[in-house]
Amino acid sequence: MKHNPYRTEKIAFSLLFLATIVVLLPVILIIGIIVQKGWPAISWEFLTAMPEKGMREGGIFPAIVGTLFLVLGTLTFALPLGVMSAIFLVEYAKDNVLTRLVKLAIINLAGVPSVVYGLFGLGIFVMFLKFGASILAGSLTLAIMVLPIIITTTREALESVPQSFREVSLSLGVSKWQTIRYSVLPHALPGILTGIILAVSRAAGETAPILFTVAAFYLPKLPDSIFDQVMALPYHLYVISTQVPNVDPKVRYGTALVLLLIVLSMNFVAIVLRSKFRKKKKW
Amino acid sequence: MVNNGVKIEVQGLEIWFDQIYALKPLNIQIKDKEILGVIGPANSGKTTFLRSLNRFNDLNDNFRFKGSISLDGKNIHKDIAVGELRKKVGMVFALPIPLPLSIFENVVYGPRRHGVNDKNKLEEIVERTLKEAYLWDEVKDRLQVSGMKLSGGQQQRLCLARTLAVEPDVILYDEPCSGLDPISTAKIEEAMSRFKDKYTQILVTNNTKQAARVSDRTAFFLMGDLVEIDRTDKMFTYPSDSRTNDYISGRFG
Amino acid sequence: MNLKSLKEQIIEKTIFLCGVTSVLFVVLIFIFLAKEGFALFKTVHPADFLTGRRWYPISDPPQFGILPLILGSLYVTFGATLISVPIGVASAVYISEIASSRVREVLKSGIELLAAIPSVVLGFIGITTLVPFMRNALNLPTGLTAFSGSLMLAFMAMPTIVSIAEDAITAVPKKYKEAALALGATHWQAIWRVVLRAASSGIVAAIMLGIGRVIGETMAVMMVTGNASRMPTSLFLPVRTLTATVAAEMGETVQGSAHYHALFAIGIVLFVITFIINLIADWAVHRKSK
Repeated sequence: MKHNPYRTEKIAFSLLFLATIVVLLPVILIIGIIVQKGWPAISWEFLTAMPEKGMREGGIFPAIVGTLFLVLGTLTFALPLGVMSAIFLVEYAKDNVLTRLVKLAIINLAGVPSVVYGLFGLGIFVMFLKFGASILAGSLTLAIMVLPIIITTTREALESVPQSFREVSLSLGVSKWQTIRYSVLPHALPGILTGIILAVSRAAGETAPILFTVAAFYLPKLPDSIFDQVMALPYHLYVISTQVPNVDPKVRYGTALVLLLIVLSMNFVAIVLRSKFRKKKKW
Repeated sequence: MVNNGVKIEVQGLEIWFDQIYALKPLNIQIKDKEILGVIGPANSGKTTFLRSLNRFNDLNDNFRFKGSISLDGKNIHKDIAVGELRKKVGMVFALPIPLPLSIFENVVYGPRRHGVNDKNKLEEIVERTLKEAYLWDEVKDRLQVSGMKLSGGQQQRLCLARTLAVEPDVILYDEPCSGLDPISTAKIEEAMSRFKDKYTQILVTNNTKQAARVSDRTAFFLMGDLVEIDRTDKMFTYPSDSRTNDYISGRFG
Repeated sequence: MNLKSLKEQIIEKTIFLCGVTSVLFVVLIFIFLAKEGFALFKTVHPADFLTGRRWYPISDPPQFGILPLILGSLYVTFGATLISVPIGVASAVYISEIASSRVREVLKSGIELLAAIPSVVLGFIGITTLVPFMRNALNLPTGLTAFSGSLMLAFMAMPTIVSIAEDAITAVPKKYKEAALALGATHWQAIWRVVLRAASSGIVAAIMLGIGRVIGETMAVMMVTGNASRMPTSLFLPVRTLTATVAAEMGETVQGSAHYHALFAIGIVLFVITFIINLIADWAVHRKSK
């Protein structure tokens, strides 16, 4: 049989298409299964009640609140640190050894396994600084973990602001910081916001970093201070799906659905925001 | 305040970018309230010279220089804070760069940063500078419209107004009409001529005819060297250097 | 005026300090892992730790050999790489070279959503659907196997591989492909012989970062691999990975005990492995830009 390049191409393209389907099908399947099986569990009571009977029944209120606290705590630390760090890299850093070191450090922070962050948080915040397993320790650990996400997206956003805007501002005698504050940051804001949302969604969904730094197995009350432990949605899902026998599957799927909804809706917002930002770019 | 009518004095200025020798030793005096045209082919050092007057070369990490520049007798690297210098020495860029703000906010961007917040005062600035830049009549009813919605020529005049709003003594033009049509160019040139009693102006252009039309004196740069500087009418009729003649008559560049 | 510039100086100093914190954190992570982890080596020789075949941390005397855990991680990683690399690169090619621009946006968003699904949710779906399915389909005593872990992790690595490989392929100058097409090559030949070759450094980086993601992944792998800490012999038996060991056992150790230190020592191993992988990926990316 004679070799026909066009038939080869047809076969190759079909395979490539198939591969793409294989990558994306699970997303649809996973979301589909969880929505279908978890939806019946969702009720006002499920969202706002304490867990009961060893978490086999009742609601997931403290886990939702715990995750909320952790996300807020994470943002408190990671947002200013990440944005300023990106401003340093884009606006101030010169091309020298220190800058290269910082960039390398960011790449490596992004690659550190989440469970290693957990160990680190345990070693430094829980033990060494004696915060104990607490919202504070957990938030700090998560903050360091999401730092590379905020830095990278903020950098991209800052770099997308034309150099000429900075030059115009400087040429009017405006100082460097004021130039950044009034001529760069406002135009990079949507991009920065995208990064923040992605970081939040990551912090909300992670389990390993909070295992030893904050997460409580079962704690049916709300925290009084940042030195309290809390329950958290991802850890709660882990617990009721592997550690507690005979949990009503509805409760498990319901918990998974709530977590998935929180994380995916934030990502969806981030995606929409970014594509709007790119389209609407006026320069 | 001005020494014998000299506004800017450049002495022994040499400039490098990394290994590139961009400007060879340069001595030049710019007179108060004159229009100095600066012509020359690409990479002749004319823009480098211009950007050294408001210390814009400092933005390049690889920039090094020797020599001195003084404005009104004060060394611009030692005696004047860079922000103050740039307020006094404004700049209009090659392409119009309106900030993505309203026309009004574009004009008052500088004054606001320098602490002017009184609404009446800002409105006064907007009206004065837009009139000076020949834009007022075209935009006075739509000051809240984005500056980016204007035509290219209007945008460049908006940028001019924005520069005027910080009340400079000196205005640097970096090929300000390179992207404009003849009518818009004429309006900018008209504004420049009207500014003569108010500002010292330095016009870098690769359009030799423009320099001939507008400037009092003209300087010709070639490969980082100031070849010749003279009264414009003299330079364009009897250039003393043959290279100037070649460039003006369009034999290269 | 002076007050203003003082304020700005403070802001700029703060920015500089924030800028270098990333370096500080990397150093701190290593110091704190080392501080707790190296304590183990007072009683256990590092070589015995790395090559010991028995991980019995709570027997008496305890044994801290992490070879079975390393091999567990390797088995799972190997399987995941085998699955995710061809599929991931193939779909990166499809997305960047074949899909129309509107379809491309949709596909990319879908891949981002896959990346966003929390690993504990994937693990949960793993134990509720994948694990029983594997047991029935392959007629195994248990579906909690290295292979299940590999499958799970393959999908977790996919977004990393696809998005970075896609960037690399998109970055190949159009003229390369056009030159090949002008010489009469089919679109596929141009992709296969020219584009992929030109993007190879970026694809290597994508694969390395995908592997890094797989080795470091914790929750999903802990939930579906069965966590048996014996020397793995088959992809279809339960295994236990480095990450799962730390996550599963830290809660039950006594702070300051040898077991506690051993888990931190595993943390060091993980940190070093991912550090090296990231360096290689970074090197690959920079080789490309030259």
